[in-house]
Amino acid sequence: MSKVAQKTKHEQALADGRTRFSHVESWEEIFDPEIAQAEYLKRKKSQIALIKKMDKALLREMLYQMVLGRIFEEKCAEVYRLGKIGGFCHLYIGQEAVAVGAIMAIDKKRDYVIVAYRDHVQAMVAGIEPEAVMAELYGKATGCVKGKGGSMHLFSKEHNFFGGHGIVGGQIGVGTGMAFAQKYQGTGGVTLCFFGEAAVNQGIFHESLNMAQLWKLPIVYICENNQYGMGTAQKRAMSIANIARKADAYGMYGEFVDGMDVMAVYQATSNAIERARKESLPSLLEVRCYRYMGHSMSDPGKYRTIEEIKKYQQRDPILLFKDSLKEAKVFNDEDFAEIEQQARKKVEEAVEFAEKSPLPDESELLTDVLA
Amino acid sequence: MAEMTMRDALNQALREELARDERVFIMGEEVAQYEGAYKVTRGLWREFGDKRVIDTPISELGFAAIGVGAAMAGLRPVIEFMTWNFSILAADQIINHAAKMLYMSGGQFNIPIVFRGPNGSAYQVSSQHSQALEAMYANFPGLKVVMPSTPADAKGLLKSAIRDDNPVIFLEQERMYGMKGEVPEDEDFTIPLGVADVKRQGKDCTIVARSLTVPLALQAAEKIEKEFGVSCEVVDPRTIKPLDIETIVKSVKKTNRLVIVEESHQFCGVAAEITAQVTEKAFDYLDAPIKRISSAEAPMPYAKNLEAAALPDVPKIIEAVKEVCYL
Repeated sequence: MSKVAQKTKHEQALADGRTRFSHVESWEEIFDPEIAQAEYLKRKKSQIALIKKMDKALLREMLYQMVLGRIFEEKCAEVYRLGKIGGFCHLYIGQEAVAVGAIMAIDKKRDYVIVAYRDHVQAMVAGIEPEAVMAELYGKATGCVKGKGGSMHLFSKEHNFFGGHGIVGGQIGVGTGMAFAQKYQGTGGVTLCFFGEAAVNQGIFHESLNMAQLWKLPIVYICENNQYGMGTAQKRAMSIANIARKADAYGMYGEFVDGMDVMAVYQATSNAIERARKESLPSLLEVRCYRYMGHSMSDPGKYRTIEEIKKYQQRDPILLFKDSLKEAKVFNDEDFAEIEQQARKKVEEAVEFAEKSPLPDESELLTDVLA
Repeated sequence: MAEMTMRDALNQALREELARDERVFIMGEEVAQYEGAYKVTRGLWREFGDKRVIDTPISELGFAAIGVGAAMAGLRPVIEFMTWNFSILAADQIINHAAKMLYMSGGQFNIPIVFRGPNGSAYQVSSQHSQALEAMYANFPGLKVVMPSTPADAKGLLKSAIRDDNPVIFLEQERMYGMKGEVPEDEDFTIPLGVADVKRQGKDCTIVARSLTVPLALQAAEKIEKEFGVSCEVVDPRTIKPLDIETIVKSVKKTNRLVIVEESHQFCGVAAEITAQVTEKAFDYLDAPIKRISSAEAPMPYAKNLEAAALPDVPKIIEAVKEVCYL
């Protein structure tokens, strides 16, 4: 019964023009997958109408990238356990709708992307070949940064991918500077700046958002709220639940987005990009998602229950998207099988490429220190 | 050539580089409308406007980060720290981001940025405003560290720093902003980074000094010559990193004695590094142990007498030279 009341409150909030979900006060409400699902079902009809109007090739690419990301990361877990990948390895499984929905919304010629260390899938959606990503994880010379960065530091200037960054929140400020440069140079470009919810607690978040709004920079801040900063649940680390509402502190536009719904992420990001491009205004999107794996490969995950993970997996982003595509009669099961086959083949090729690639020459140790 | 203060020499370098390259901009606290806390950016905002000379909120970490991101995207930022003490708030961006970006991106993203401002002691500004941080920054691969000691060097080195494709830590000295000297007015005048300058020729003892300690060393050298007939050579590395150790070693091989004077703390400092390198490269040439004069191993005190006691000065340099010359 309480859900009915919440829906009414939500509808009232929307009618009042308030930030979506900004009426929600308790942690239980904001993180309950059942409420999110109810919201999802409400907008599903209009979403299917939108899907029907969209370019089929784009939709296929979105699904392909999500499936590729999933299979790629599963393969990473497998080869990590075999000792093929070293160091830290943060997997993206469960969050695919965020990278795909957001990055597929950019103009790859002039927009920039910068991300944190959970960066494999974002790098591939931005255009880096899975071969070059896997080779980097293997520490090979053919990796996208020549074996010098590893899992956390994937970069590609060619693809306007400004890197994976390993200091929590550091890239929020760097991304703000990239948007500053885009405005300075008048390129018409926009920066997508990704970070986790734990980064919101760093000082750099506050400093950056303040200056971005003050100077009206063309940036979209995408907070991927996967609800855990390593093993610390958000509610144990943040005094208020609603991150989107923090935008209010800077007079910035803020929006809460269902990160399990790739179309919702795509739409919200598209709108934010338009706001940045046309009005040179920043936005903060809180994209609520969930990571199925541990923080990194060395995380046993004792801070949450299997039941909790299963609850979120019922709203798996790939399942939800397939369901909508099927209902819109864009793709059928055969198409899905073909896409999965294609992704599996690509991942196998990436592993083969990485396996066969040479290690960096030792002379590379001292190159690229200075320009 | 024209006689001007170090402040004006720096100002001229900034003005010329702003005029020369549209990608150059200056950002920091009070750099625009207030014309700089120490007036190094005087007149620049009026000349170049809001786009090129930008006042920031007091957010050192944030605006250092904006500089790093802007540099990745093709601009050439000059980031002013009101003093280098405040750069410690921005150290994450300087050390974890600017210094490592080229390397961890496999050579794809260089960071052509200058971080600049006054370093070291001022006039009774106590513990949190008197630190000399060159040793800290010089420790990290990927950064260049520059410390001018004359107005001409300040201009030539700052122009080179702005044109350099790497992050450059440019350390000025508040007590030196008013010091005068002859400065070339040629817009193409630059001094290459990584090249030391012998500020005074001598044959009996080498004094390596930088920034504020260069004029102190020169004064000490004059007195020693008059009082004891000892001829000191004063070598100013000008760039701490890359360090022109060859010029220092060459001088030591001639004089066989070395005194190093610095305003920073001694432990793990630049003088320690020079000492190590000289013993590696010219051990057999040394006729006496190397002597270091640094700031006291204590935070900077406020009281005038205590502050003076903490810092290197002419009598301390003279004593050190006498010691290595066994006088």
